[in-house]
Formats: sequence, structure tokens, C-alpha cells
Amino acid sequence: MSGHTDMVLVNDEGIRIDGRRVDEKRPIRIEAGVLKNADGSCYLEIGKNKVLCAVYGPRECRPRHLQDPTKAIIQCKYNMQAYSVNDRKRPGTDRRSVEISKLIAEALSSVVQLELYPRASIDVYVEILQANAGTRCAGLTAASVALADAGIPMRDVVPAIACGKADGNVLLDLNKEEDNYGQADVPLAIVPSTDEIVLLQMDGNMTREEFEHGLDMAFKAAHEVNEIQKDALRRRYTEISKKEGDSDE
Amino acid sequence: MSNYVISQIKRDHLMNLLAEGRREDGRQLDEIRKITVETGIIESAEGSARIRLGNTDVIAGVKVIPGAPYMDAPGDGVLTTGAELIPLAHESFEPGPPSEEAIELARVVDRGIRESGMIDVKQLCIKEGEEIWMVFIDIYALDYDGNLFDASNLAAVCALKTAIVPWKQYGKSKVEGDKVTEMDDVPMPVTCLPISVTECKIGNDLIVDPNFDEEAISTARLTITTDNNGNFRAMQKGGKGSITRGDLSLCLDRAVEIGKQIREIIG
Repeated sequence: MSGHTDMVLVNDEGIRIDGRRVDEKRPIRIEAGVLKNADGSCYLEIGKNKVLCAVYGPRECRPRHLQDPTKAIIQCKYNMQAYSVNDRKRPGTDRRSVEISKLIAEALSSVVQLELYPRASIDVYVEILQANAGTRCAGLTAASVALADAGIPMRDVVPAIACGKADGNVLLDLNKEEDNYGQADVPLAIVPSTDEIVLLQMDGNMTREEFEHGLDMAFKAAHEVNEIQKDALRRRYTEISKKEGDSDE
Repeated sequence: MSNYVISQIKRDHLMNLLAEGRREDGRQLDEIRKITVETGIIESAEGSARIRLGNTDVIAGVKVIPGAPYMDAPGDGVLTTGAELIPLAHESFEPGPPSEEAIELARVVDRGIRESGMIDVKQLCIKEGEEIWMVFIDIYALDYDGNLFDASNLAAVCALKTAIVPWKQYGKSKVEGDKVTEMDDVPMPVTCLPISVTECKIGNDLIVDPNFDEEAISTARLTITTDNNGNFRAMQKGGKGSITRGDLSLCLDRAVEIGKQIREIIG
């Protein structure tokens, strides 16, 4: 957001450096059930972002002092792998990943039926294999699918996507260059069935009109992301039922 | 902060009041508590401020120290914000490394200051590519009665606003090519005042500047930082509940309005 560049991020025809229109998101690919050990898992690509998410639980909550006698808690660890960015990311938690982990856990807590599992913990591990702006949204989108894949009862599957601003244009789903050299970034996650907001951050500089315009685009795109999530889950369960059908014969 | 147990009786009482549009301390839903500002209270810091927001009490100190620039911004000063929720301030705060609450707090305050361009970091250059001023903002909660976000934002902004850049103290001259300029200690280059306004959602109501009890029974929190022009510079939703688009719209209106009020108070 603070960087400067002579690069034209959005040209006169309203086309961005990766060829997208201002209201176009990057191509998304989601696959559910990609890991053997985890109770639920998901692999997600959006543009050049590659994200892997695993869910373990509900299981005994550790450390024990975090247990809630009335409901389960969600513990999330968002981690950027060392080779996921241009400069090597020093392994281990930093302040950014602590904050993102907290926000993802909170967003998921609003849809998971935690009251069904008193004292338990549902552990969500988000690993960023490759980062190109928008990893918290990609991570949360993947985490929702992994939770559903784990068979954990939820009110809805949460999609997340960002809007922002670069070269004075309000844009959907910023890429790395637009994030670095643009003027604003607004990650958003919603509950599609009710349009409630469960994650919202903003940094940069936006007027009320720009912000509302960006949100309109992000809400619409979030619903589209949700369709891709549901499709991934449908494919996963057709696959399972097909396998079971085969073994019956 | 949010895991503190509050009695059912207290909860019911607060909810019943809210149902009539009232709060326990008699405030309107969109009314902030009294703000008092003291600045220049720590001589060893380059800038300092103590803010009381109702019974919430926060101190912020600014240290300005020469250091090396980042490679991708060789001529820019560096800002760093830290926050600690020390056990002195509340029974729910524990000793040890910063909790995730403290980290989120510091990062939200940092975002407001950084993204608003409050500090003109270009003016914090000693010699491009070699030496710049590093500005450390450290925030400590002293007494916690809710809304540390806004109290900390105010403390940091007031501390920065009154801080100096200690050129003379460190014997530093400004080097621009062959030109070397002797420097006196100068005020921190401040361009605007980013003000955050935090609201909590309780039931279907949104209340501004929640106190401890209100925060404890709330389901979601939203902090919005505006600049002098009423543009939005930073936002952060927190908490395990959700907010609607209508809630957001109300919060945006209030953040602009109340931001203006607060700017008048701190001048």
C-alpha cells in the first residue's frame, strides 16, 4: 500500500496488468479431501496463491485451560511457508500471522455449531504454499471447505474475497502488484445465506462511495466463490459415494 | 479480553437497558466517554501521552532512534507499534509475551497511523540508503474498562503529535548528496490525525465506545479509522459474531461524525 511504482496498474480501457477487468476475480480452483490424516482438508488456488488447509477435530482441547465447558473452540494456525514469497519468509509465527489466525478463527466461529461439542477444540491449519496477495481470504475460503469436508455441522460455508483500489480504480481481488502499489485493500468474508459480514478489514484510503462500490463487487464475488466451494464439496462426495458403490459390488 | 465471565444477572440487566435504548452509565448509544489527554509526561521519551477514556487509562511513549532503512524504502523512516496488556491493568491480563489480543491491538493502531500517512516518513531520512529515524510507539494499558482500541489510538496519536525528532541530541546532520545540513531537534512531521471509532454489537444494537461490561457481552466489534477529510483509512472487525451491511453503514456514519468530535477535543 505504501510502495510507489511507475507501472500502470489499470490502463485506459480498464484492463489490469494480468488482463482482468476491474470487477473480475482471479481463476479459482478448489479441491476438498486432499490429505489422508486430517479429518477434513482442502487445496485452493486463486491466481498464483496456493493454499492447503487441514482440519483436525472436534478433539480434546489442548492446552486444557482454553477449554470452554459450554462449547467447542476453534484454534487456527495460519502459516506462510518459507519459500512462499520472493524473499525467504523466516519460519515461525510473527505478529501478522497471529492476527490473521485470530481473524480466521473468529470468522469460522460464527458459522460452526460449536455448542454441539463442549470442551472440544476444532483445529484449523492453514498453510500458504505460495503467496500473491489475498492469502487470508484464500485461507479462510479453504478452511470453510475443509471444515465441511470434516463433516462438522455448520450454518453455512464462508467465502472470502477482497476488494481494493489501485490507480484510483476500485478493483476486485487485488494481485500482488495492486496490493503493493495500490491505495486500499479490503478483505471481506460473509455468510452467503444471510449476507452477514464475518471478516472485514481495511487499510489504505477510500471515500464512502468507493468503499460501498468495492463492497458491492466483493459481496457479489463472494457468492460466486461460494458456488465454487459447494461444487468442490459436491465433487468430493460424489467421489466418496462412487468408491463406496464400487466396493459394494 | 473477550473470554471474561460475566454474570447472567448483569448481562440481563444490560440487555434490558439496551432494549429501552439506554446504557448503564447513562450514555446514548453513540456517545463516547469523557476524554482527558496529558502529554509530555515522560521526559526520557521523545513523545508521550496518557489518555483517559472514562475509566480506561492508557499510556503511549514514542522513542525515536537512528537506524538502518529497509532496502525497498531507502529514504523512508520506519514506524513500529507495540502494545502490552500488563497485569497491572486488569485481573484478566497475564504476564508473558504479548497475547493475540495485544498483537491485534497494536496492529490495528499501527494500521491507522501508517495508512493515513500521519507521519511524513520522507522527512525522517538522515542519509538515503544508510541511516533513517526509527519511530517506536509503545502502548501500555494501565487501567482497563473497555475500548482499548480507541484509547490506544488516541494515546499513540497524541504522543506522536507532541514528539520531537532528536537530530541535535544524537548529533545527526541531514545528508542530501553533497549537501550536509546541520539540524536542530524538530517536531515530528505530522500531516493529519487518524482517529479510530470502535463499536460493539450487543443483540441487534451497536454501541460506541463500549466499557468493560458491554464489551464482555458483545458478539462483534468494529473499529473504523478516518482521516481529517473523513475518508476511511483502516478498519477491523473482531469477535466471533457477525455484522450486517446495515450495521456497517451505521458504523461508517458514526466513525466520521465522532472522529470529527474527537479531533476537536484533542486539537
